[in-house]
Amino acid sequence: MNMVPQPYEVVARHEESPDTATLALLPVRQPIATPQPGQFSMVYAFGVGEVPISVSGRAGAMGILHTLRAVGAVTRALHAARPGDVLGLRGPFGAGWGVPAPEGSDLVVVAGGIGLAPLRPVIHHVLGVRGRYRAATVLIGARTPQDLLFTGEYDRWRAGGIDVRVTVDRAAAGWAGHVGVVTTLLDGVVADPARIAAFTCGPELMMRLTARALLERGVPGPAVQVSLERNMRCGVALCGHCQLGPVLVCRDGPVLAYDRAEPLLSVKEL
Amino acid sequence: MTNTLELLTAHPFLAGLPPGWVEHLAGQVRQVGYPAGFRIFREGEPAEHFWLIDSGRVAVDIHLPGRGDVLIETLPAGTVLGWSWLSPPYRWHFGAIAIELTHTVQFDAAGVTQLCDASPELGSELRRRFIAVLADRLQATRVRLLDLYAHPVVPA
Repeated sequence: MNMVPQPYEVVARHEESPDTATLALLPVRQPIATPQPGQFSMVYAFGVGEVPISVSGRAGAMGILHTLRAVGAVTRALHAARPGDVLGLRGPFGAGWGVPAPEGSDLVVVAGGIGLAPLRPVIHHVLGVRGRYRAATVLIGARTPQDLLFTGEYDRWRAGGIDVRVTVDRAAAGWAGHVGVVTTLLDGVVADPARIAAFTCGPELMMRLTARALLERGVPGPAVQVSLERNMRCGVALCGHCQLGPVLVCRDGPVLAYDRAEPLLSVKEL
Repeated sequence: MTNTLELLTAHPFLAGLPPGWVEHLAGQVRQVGYPAGFRIFREGEPAEHFWLIDSGRVAVDIHLPGRGDVLIETLPAGTVLGWSWLSPPYRWHFGAIAIELTHTVQFDAAGVTQLCDASPELGSELRRRFIAVLADRLQATRVRLLDLYAHPVVPA
């Protein structure tokens, strides 16, 4: 049973935006198992609390990257962590994105806000096996240009053969990028609906709108994967805090195919 | 320069329109290119045209005292710019500026209005298409009003 946090030292910290940072963590003793893209860890700020945080990448052979936003007591404590601090990690937990996708697929990644963090391992996977897929498109939405994550990597992603498109909800004069909801970037992306493998993460409404837009373009529901956010506590399907109808998100998710997630998302209070 | 009729036929806004109607509309247009940074129209000016964007990108904006020009949304190739000519007071509610080199087909609003009066079926079809564009933009604006990204989205 994966219930005891392993100590991990913060070896690097990168400020992504005013309230979001990426921590590079290395095991002090025993490492947790290698996470798959889309899985999450339970990250423990000793003396404060434990929260589920998606894995946003690897740091060398043993290290893990977690990108987190300071929104509550625990995440504020984690956000304040500096190199040399020690945190606890349990995991990895949950079902991931299921990459690699079928060979020859057209990959569409749609990320909103900090939802790009759990999708970054998918992008890194694509860069490593770019020839496996036909088209690869990453659509990124954020509140403002200042809230965009991993902006220093976009050129590398483009150079690696990925079509990266960015939009924001609000921008001042001088912003040369797109302004509008992320679904407006989908035009022209779906050339062959049967080939699409879509991955989306962000606010739940944004994922629903994205999934609907893809379905309207003929993409089948099982080909659209969404990452759900629920109140994960134990991470091992025991406590029931993350129950969503018949689904325990910590075990069966957080990634679910949209045809499975959609009926659950439409039920109020679930 | 691409043939104007070909541009109109290929543009998504006019997709599927009977060729005769497209030919009628072609009599009310001219191709216009705007360099990056060129202001196409300003808030409050008479709305006498609309544009089909063939390539490039246009920002819809408004000037706010103390905040300068604030971008409302951007319109890429394949979309339509300008609908204030459809209803009183026939003045632009916002401004528009080319973000990059942008090629358009510019329509003369008065000429198109006369065409629509003379051919109610064409008028009805054009209005239906503009309503669809406005509905899409209204829905997108409503979503943005929710300020979705202000809330946490990943397990945290």
